[in-house]
Amino acid sequence: MRSGLIAALLTCMFATPLAAQQLAAEQILHKGNGAEPQSLDPHKAEGVPSSNIMRDLYEGLTSEAPNGDVIPGAASRWEISADGTEYVFHLRPQARWSNGDPVVAEDFVIGLRRSADPATLSHYSQILSSIKNAEAVTAGQLPPEELAVEALDDHTLKIVLKAPTPYFLGLLNHSSTYPINRRAYQEHGARFARVGNLVGNGAYRLKDWVVQSHIELERNPLYWDNANTTIERVYYHATEDQSSELKRYRAGELDWTHEVPLNQVRWIRENLNDEFYVSTYLGTYYYGFNLTQPPFKANRTLRRALSMAIDREILVNKVTRLGEQPAYSWVPPGISHYAAQVPEWASWPQDKKLAEARRLYAEAGYSKDKPLHIELRYNTSENHKKVAIAVAAMLKQSLGVRVNLINQEWKVFLETRKQKRVTELFRAGWIGDYNDAYTFSELLHSKHGINDQGYNNPEYDALLEQASVEGDFDKRRALLEKAERLMLEDQPIMPIYFYVNKRLVKPYVAGFEPNIMDHHYTKNMRILAH
Amino acid sequence: MLQYAFKRLLGAIPTLLVLITLAFFMIRIAPGGPFDTEKSLPPEIEANLNAAYHLDEPLIQQYGRYLLQILQGDFGPSFQYKDFTVNELIASGFPVSLTIGGLSMLLAVLLGSAFGIIAALRQNRPTDYAVMTVAMTGISIPNFVIAPLLILLFAVTLGWLPAGGWDGDGLGKVVMPVIALALPQIAYISRLMRGSMIEVLRSNFIRTARAKGLSETRIILRHALRPAFLPVLSYLGPASAAVITGSVVIEKIFGIPGLGRYFVQGALNRDYTLVMGVVVFYGMLIIVFNFIVDLLYGALDPKVRYD
Repeated sequence: MRSGLIAALLTCMFATPLAAQQLAAEQILHKGNGAEPQSLDPHKAEGVPSSNIMRDLYEGLTSEAPNGDVIPGAASRWEISADGTEYVFHLRPQARWSNGDPVVAEDFVIGLRRSADPATLSHYSQILSSIKNAEAVTAGQLPPEELAVEALDDHTLKIVLKAPTPYFLGLLNHSSTYPINRRAYQEHGARFARVGNLVGNGAYRLKDWVVQSHIELERNPLYWDNANTTIERVYYHATEDQSSELKRYRAGELDWTHEVPLNQVRWIRENLNDEFYVSTYLGTYYYGFNLTQPPFKANRTLRRALSMAIDREILVNKVTRLGEQPAYSWVPPGISHYAAQVPEWASWPQDKKLAEARRLYAEAGYSKDKPLHIELRYNTSENHKKVAIAVAAMLKQSLGVRVNLINQEWKVFLETRKQKRVTELFRAGWIGDYNDAYTFSELLHSKHGINDQGYNNPEYDALLEQASVEGDFDKRRALLEKAERLMLEDQPIMPIYFYVNKRLVKPYVAGFEPNIMDHHYTKNMRILAH
Repeated sequence: MLQYAFKRLLGAIPTLLVLITLAFFMIRIAPGGPFDTEKSLPPEIEANLNAAYHLDEPLIQQYGRYLLQILQGDFGPSFQYKDFTVNELIASGFPVSLTIGGLSMLLAVLLGSAFGIIAALRQNRPTDYAVMTVAMTGISIPNFVIAPLLILLFAVTLGWLPAGGWDGDGLGKVVMPVIALALPQIAYISRLMRGSMIEVLRSNFIRTARAKGLSETRIILRHALRPAFLPVLSYLGPASAAVITGSVVIEKIFGIPGLGRYFVQGALNRDYTLVMGVVVFYGMLIIVFNFIVDLLYGALDPKVRYD
C-alpha cells in the first residue's frame, strides 16, 4: 500500500515535466513569412519567402535536420565514387506524390533538366553548375537531355559532376533541384503551381493561396514520413510591414515572425526576450569600392586607410545593435569546412588602427588641408541610412574625409552599381546560397555578374578556378582561404558586419532550432499545450 | 440623357489613351528593370527572359503590342508573381479594395454629413467648435499614425479585433481598416457639409419655409439637406479615388490583400505589366466614379440639365 503511494507520488513527480510537453489539441502554426512569394514553382521561384514554403511542399534528394545538418530526404541513402564525381542515390520506394503517384528517379531527372533548361527561365540554374554539362545546357549549347543525370531504375538515380564538389549534398535540398510530378506538369503547364494543380512530394500540400494575404498548407497524408508529422496545418502570412507583424505576433495571431522591426529591438529585448532568437546567418554586410574609377582605382593604400578608420565595434553595438559580429573578412564564420581569414590588424586596439589609417591616408596624398571627397551610395532603408551616417561620421572624425551620402531607390541603386561609372563607395550585402565558402569567393571573381567593385586580380581568379576542380577537400579549402587572404590584402571591399537571423517564436512552438542557413521544416515542429 | 452618357464615355477614351501612354513610358524611363536583382543571371537566361516578355523589342513596338493587348482586355502576365496574370491579381485584389473603400466611403458620408449638420445648426457654439476641432485633428493626423494606435488598443491590449490579415470569415478584420481609412474623409466631409449647410440655411427659400411655420427637422431634412449635399457629392468622385488609391498605407499596415499594394509593389519591382494594369484599371475607375457623380448631380440639382 505504502509502496503503491510512493510509486504514485513518483509518477506524479515525473509526469509533471512530461505534462509540460503535452501537445496542444489544435496543431495549427501561423508563420509570418515576409513579402508575398514570387512563385511556388520550384524551378522558377526565387527569394526567401518562396523557399520557406517550398521546403514544406517538396522534398529534395537530401533534407536538413532542425540544426541545419544535411540528412537523407527523398533518397534514403547514396554512394559516392572514390574520385567524388559520381553520386548514386537510392530513393525511398514507399515515397508518394500528393496525388498518389510513386516518386521515381525519372521525376528527378525531368526536374533537374527543366531547372537547367534556359527555356524555363530559372533564376537559380547556377546552383546546378557543378553537374556535368549543366552550364552548357543553360547556355543553350547542349539540349537538356545531355545533363549528366540518369535514372538507372525507378528508385536509383545517378548524377555525374564535372568536378568533386564537397557541398553537393547540401545543394540537393535547394528548390532548383526538386523533382516535378510529370502528370500534373503535363496537364497544367505554366499554371502548375496553383491551388488544385500543385502536386508535391513534401510533408504538406497546398490548400489555399490568397495573394498578398496568406498561403495555407495542410498535412499530406501520402508523405512517406507522415507518421512523424505533428502539425496539421500551417499558414504562411505575407508580412511586409515588420511593425505590423510584431503587433500581430503580440496579439497572438502569429506564432512566428519573419523579422523584427529594428527600431523596436530594445523593447523586444526588455519584454519578449525569452521568445527572441538571434543567431548567426550566412551573410556579410559590406561596402564596396569602385575600382574602375578614381579615387579608389589602383589605390589600395587609400582603401586600406578607410577600412581601418571605421570602428566596427561601435557600429554593431551602438548602431545596428542586434548582436551582429563585426566583420574584417569576407566569408562569414561558421561556414562549413572553412576558417575565417581575419587580417592581423583586426585585433589591434582602435588607437593603433587609427594611427595606421592616418599614416596610409597621408601616404595616399590626402591631409586635413586636402581632404578626400567621396560619395557613399546606399539603397533606401532606415538601417542602411543609420550605418552610412555613422560610417561617414567616423571617416570625417578620424581622417577628415568629406563623405556625401546618396540614397537611391533599390532598382536605381542596383543599376548604378552595375554600371560602375558614378559609384565610389557603395553599400552591399551578400547572403550565401549554400553552406560553402565558394558562394562568397566567386562573387569577387573578375567575370562574376555582380562583382560591382570591378575587382580583377588574375591570381585570385586562378586560385578559384583551381579550387573548383580540386578533388581533395583540404587542398580545396586551402586554395579558397589563400584566395581570400589575397583579396583582403587588395581590399576591394570593406566588410562591416556579419548578418544575424532575428525572429520571435512563441514558447509553445517546439522543434525549432536556429541554424546558419535559416532553413526550417514545419514537419519537425509541434505545438505544445499552452 | 442617354446621349450625354454616350458622349461622356466617348470622351473618356482619349483620356485613357493619354494615361496609358504616359504611364507606359514613365515606368520604362525609370532606371533598372524587372529582372535586376542582387543575384546575377546567366546571360542566356537573361536574354530568354527578355524575349519571353518581349523586352528585347523596340519600345514603340512594345507599346503597340500593349495597346492591342489592352483592347482585348488582357493585361498580360505579372513579371513578379510568376504564377498569376495581372488580370487575376486585379480580380483578386479589387473586391477587397472595394469592400474596404466602399464601406469607409459609406461611413464617411453618413457620419461626415451628420457631424456637419450638427455643427452647422450649432454654429459658433461649443458643439460646433468641438466637432470642428475633432475634424481638424482627423484631417491633420495621417492614418499611418491612427492605424497602429487602433491596433495597439483594440487588438494587442483589448484583444477585441484581429491585428491584421485577411484570413477567417469573421467581419472583425474589416472594422479597423475601414475606420482608419474613413477618419480623414469623415473630417473633410463634415467641414464641407457644415459650410454648405450654413450657407443654405441663410437662403431665401429656407426663410420662406420657416415663415410657413415648418418644423426645424422638416426644414433640414426636406428642404436644406438636398442643396447642402451638392458640394459633398462633387467631392465624392475624387474622394472615392483617393480612398481606393490611398488605401496603400492601410493595406500594408493591416496586411490586406487589396489593389493598392500591387500599385506600390509593382512600381518598386518594375513589374511593368502589373503597374500598367493597376494604373489603367484605376484610371477607368476614376472616370466611372466621376461619371456617376455627375449623373447623381443632375438628379439632385434641378439647375443641372444634360443637353
